[in-house]
Amino acid sequence: MEREIVIPGQLLSENKGDSGPGTYVKDGKVYSHLYGVKNAKNKISVIPFSGKYIPSPKDYVIGTVMELTPSNWIFDIGSPYDGLLHVSEYPKRVQSNIMAEFMDIGTSALLRIKDVNSSMKVELTMKERGLRSLTEGRIIKVTPAKVPRVIGHGGSMVSMLKKETNCEVFVGQNGRIWIRGKDSEMENLTEAIDLIIKHSHTSGLTDRISDFLRNDKDDVQMTENVSEEGIVDGTVDTDEVQEEAYRKMDALLDDDN
Amino acid sequence: MSDKPEKFIDENGLRLDGRRLNEIRPMKMEIGVLSRADGSCYLEWGKNKILAAVYGPRELHPRRLQKSDSALIRYRYNMAAFSVEDRIRPGPSRRSIEISKVSREAFEPVVMTQLYPGTVIDVFAEVLQADAGTRTAAINAASVALADAGIPMKGLIASCAVGKVDGQLVLDLDKPEDNYGDADIPMAMTSDGEITLLQMDGDVTQEEFKKAIEMCKEGCLQIFEIQKETLRQKFTKLDDVEISDDEDNVDISTLVENSLESSVDDEGEDSIVVEDTEDDPGQDIEVEEDQDIEIEDEADEDIGPEKEEFIPEAVDLDTDQEDAEDIEVSGDIDDPCLVDGDIAPEDDGRTA
Repeated sequence: MEREIVIPGQLLSENKGDSGPGTYVKDGKVYSHLYGVKNAKNKISVIPFSGKYIPSPKDYVIGTVMELTPSNWIFDIGSPYDGLLHVSEYPKRVQSNIMAEFMDIGTSALLRIKDVNSSMKVELTMKERGLRSLTEGRIIKVTPAKVPRVIGHGGSMVSMLKKETNCEVFVGQNGRIWIRGKDSEMENLTEAIDLIIKHSHTSGLTDRISDFLRNDKDDVQMTENVSEEGIVDGTVDTDEVQEEAYRKMDALLDDDN
Repeated sequence: MSDKPEKFIDENGLRLDGRRLNEIRPMKMEIGVLSRADGSCYLEWGKNKILAAVYGPRELHPRRLQKSDSALIRYRYNMAAFSVEDRIRPGPSRRSIEISKVSREAFEPVVMTQLYPGTVIDVFAEVLQADAGTRTAAINAASVALADAGIPMKGLIASCAVGKVDGQLVLDLDKPEDNYGDADIPMAMTSDGEITLLQMDGDVTQEEFKKAIEMCKEGCLQIFEIQKETLRQKFTKLDDVEISDDEDNVDISTLVENSLESSVDDEGEDSIVVEDTEDDPGQDIEVEEDQDIEIEDEADEDIGPEKEEFIPEAVDLDTDQEDAEDIEVSGDIDDPCLVDGDIAPEDDGRTA
């Protein structure tokens, strides 16, 4: 299906009931707010090509500690607003004088947004299965607007990526993706994600990326059977964590595939 | 004063540069030219060259400037020291501060600032080469850059000026018309024709003023079309690139073919600055006329890292290995550039 590219101010519908995310109503007609792709199922919404991540409650994000205060870690979550993780939201009980021993400046972590108030104070939590600070793997940054494509319809893209590369993958809604696996596999996965981002506006992407990885993998297996590293363990956890994220993304991506 | 033309409009009703009274100068735009900016646009409009960059919404410091209920828009209009014939003193001037203010106010009604409380959206419009109407050109570029940055807006803004020369209203003044004309009325508006910027220098009658607004609307409609086209082009271009796993070990001939194809494709899109051919043109122009070249090159280098990964490889490869083909290829790639040169010839800037 051809996806239509729309620009701000473009007329999308004469029926004001069609107004979905990324649109606005003026004089009973629906117009686009954004430069992006039109998605016309149930309601008309516009998925932008780019844009900053704006935190909203229950989102999973990947953050990096920027600062320590007596009772909070302040995280950069790739958004105009910083995230606060209170010591009481750390899975274990932490004395505030030794907070740096658990997470010091520069540490990245898998987090969830607990609450965002009207003045955009972002409260984070780590008290949930699968959320933790990161000690290995890689973080890839993508445009937050393209996260739905990386996750795919019902998580199809992410599960395909996991299956094809044997990597552990955690996609944050803020456009940061954490991956862990063999170096060569991570390299492939990074390339695949690059491709997804470049071609995010086209359809049938999951299949093409799958082909890409399969073919690449054959090459890789022929050339470097040598590198044997400890294979990932905690994959189950991250799967569980993301199920809800998938559901959320479905709303945005329903016409895909 | 000596170079004031005797007549601005000839007996056929054409202006000095051959345009009709209600015709705008040729415009071309390209988006996504700066890799570190959230949104960017490079615009050439006649002899004007503008680079616009948008950053944000991002955290605003100092905090006392933060607006608790909406984002702040900062707009900086700046003319490069080398943008005009006589070097101008760099840095903000009375003029550029005023233009920055009115341009910012041209965008405030359309940008959905209330979605991002406590943040700032920075817009930088750099005039690299000036030839009358830079504020309107900068607004056109900034509008597209804002869209490119994914900032929610009620609509795009287009901007154009109407002036009076030889007692007649003309659209989109060029340098001589601006310098020696009787009036200059820059305007910016939404696609609905709601005016967000209106200035006037000189004098016109009420009837002329009304007519000027109508003319300007016509001009802005044409500009909207160019803006839309620019935004749509960005992604249709990408469709041409095939996803394939053997991209790494493609042989040279295919790469050459690809670069040929893309140069042919680009010739068709006349409103778009071609980026994969920029490398060669830069050198080419240098040979022919090297007055303004420093500027050219810097601008070119900044332009469009988007496609760089792919095409430069091709160029590298064939210069290294395939001399015969190289000649052929560079010859073909030159063509779209020559077209560019025709639209904005460097030396005309001198004589004007």
